[in-house]
Amino acid sequence: MRRYVLRRLGAFVATLGVVSVLVFVVIRVLPGDPALIIMGTEASPEAAAALRRAMGLDRPIPVQYLEWVAGALRGDLGRSIQYDVPVGNLILSRLRVTLPLTLLAALFMTTLALPLGVYAATHQRRLGDYVAMVASQLGIAVPSFWAGLLLILVFAVQLGWTRAGGFDGWQAGIWPGLRSLILPGIALGLIQAAILTRTTRSAVLDVLRADHVRTARAKGLSERVVAWKHVLRNALITIVTILGLQLGQLLAGSIVLENVFYLPGLGRLALGAISARDLPVVQGVVLFVAAVIVTLNFAVDLLYGLLDPRIRYE
Amino acid sequence: MSKASRQAARHGSFLLGAAITAGIVLVAVLSLVYTPRDPLSMDLDARLLAPSDAHPMGTDQFGRDLLSRVMRGAAASLVVGAVAVAIGMGAGVLLGMLGGYFGGALDEALMRIMDAVYGFPAVLSALLVTAAFGPGIVISMVAVGVASVPIFARLTRGNFLTLREREFVLAARALGARDWTIIRRHILPNTLGPLIVQATISFPVAILAEAALSYLGLGTQPPNPSWGLMLKDAQSFLGRSPWYALFPGCAIAVAVLGFNLLGDGLRDLLDPRAS
Repeated sequence: MRRYVLRRLGAFVATLGVVSVLVFVVIRVLPGDPALIIMGTEASPEAAAALRRAMGLDRPIPVQYLEWVAGALRGDLGRSIQYDVPVGNLILSRLRVTLPLTLLAALFMTTLALPLGVYAATHQRRLGDYVAMVASQLGIAVPSFWAGLLLILVFAVQLGWTRAGGFDGWQAGIWPGLRSLILPGIALGLIQAAILTRTTRSAVLDVLRADHVRTARAKGLSERVVAWKHVLRNALITIVTILGLQLGQLLAGSIVLENVFYLPGLGRLALGAISARDLPVVQGVVLFVAAVIVTLNFAVDLLYGLLDPRIRYE
Repeated sequence: MSKASRQAARHGSFLLGAAITAGIVLVAVLSLVYTPRDPLSMDLDARLLAPSDAHPMGTDQFGRDLLSRVMRGAAASLVVGAVAVAIGMGAGVLLGMLGGYFGGALDEALMRIMDAVYGFPAVLSALLVTAAFGPGIVISMVAVGVASVPIFARLTRGNFLTLREREFVLAARALGARDWTIIRRHILPNTLGPLIVQATISFPVAILAEAALSYLGLGTQPPNPSWGLMLKDAQSFLGRSPWYALFPGCAIAVAVLGFNLLGDGLRDLLDPRAS
């Protein structure tokens, strides 16, 4: 197991390195002068040169990259041009919305998908299975932002049960804060719940056909004990893997949903930064989200090796 | 009738997916030569009209006919989807081919790059590229395409790793065939089935991603019709004109459903082991 962890850790560090190079290259090296992108083409040459010096753009590219990465490792992602505060602080403050939103969507996704997937598999080719599969096929086809608009239309516009969007901050209380995140959480989790339902069904069906399940049945164990003790535990290897990868997708998806529901999270921060030409913020948010997704993938790899010994001996 | 055709004719979801996809493609092609009204022509006296005989899907805030815009939006979605999948497939197959065939340090380096690119879903890479180059349909096609490169690269690499040790490849090598000839004539044709299936599965993902990017203002720009952009505009009029948000959303869902069913069916027919 130690060798497996060390090998995966090496790959993880290398991947993070490539992520940082990609983010840096797109903003700093591809055609286009960051100083002119920030100030606009109408900026005077003197002002642009001063900004270039202040941002360290007059130094060689490799030096700029190393300084930027060293800063990022210390948590220093530069300073926002728009807000004049450290980018790291901005990201942390916006995470107070994005993280609960992502977790709420994950909670909705697993609560809905796991029982539905297990039910569909244990009732294969019966009415319940067909209904679950049609529902999941439709769920995968519905874009999360349209689901968000429909939820606003029904629950805010037609029924008036909740607001159409906005977030008053956690200082207004935990319940008002959570209430603002429920509809976006459902919209965000819907498509992933549909995917997880199908994965769970497929994983459970695979295990149901395995020899050890046949043996358990031959021993006279009840279907309930077979399903929960012998099937679900083994199917969890596949389910947990997909679940980990889906967390990254939910985090990226929150960028869109925050804009549907006007939530002040990382997504709105990044989009606002694009309009304001605040490149350090865009760079910081993209690096942060990509690094979290890569870290989640690494965690999934480790968990996979832990749950299934065949993987770590490959 | 061949065995494959008979299997396809009996596969319900494949037939449904093929019918929906054919319908969407037909509407998209038709919209290039005919729409009930000009999708760009404004009529300020006909703003936000409810569906009627004159405007079966109603009109938008500028009085433009929504049916015509939804039809033209199909063409935009299909073009973006096709180009994005072509980018993802082209780059992915090339990288997966190199890594899978030659192996070693090159394979290791390419897979680390693919792991890193996998950390950039379409929305994230679009944010990054838009910050540098500004928004636009080309940016969204590139962002969506790049996001799908790792899937194609891994699929191709996996197939190449298996196929390069097979007897017919070893025989070709023993007969003195060059690497490029072996790749082009012996291995690549055997990976086409799974690649076609993956392309069909990636297509609806690309349509969804393009719609999301246009909704965020990072994809297709006004006044060009795009389903995502229409939904963005519709959000401001949800209370007054709810149908405005219904039709473009339904169009996305039906298109994605059609391609998903087609992809699932193709996978069952062409690559039964994967299904």
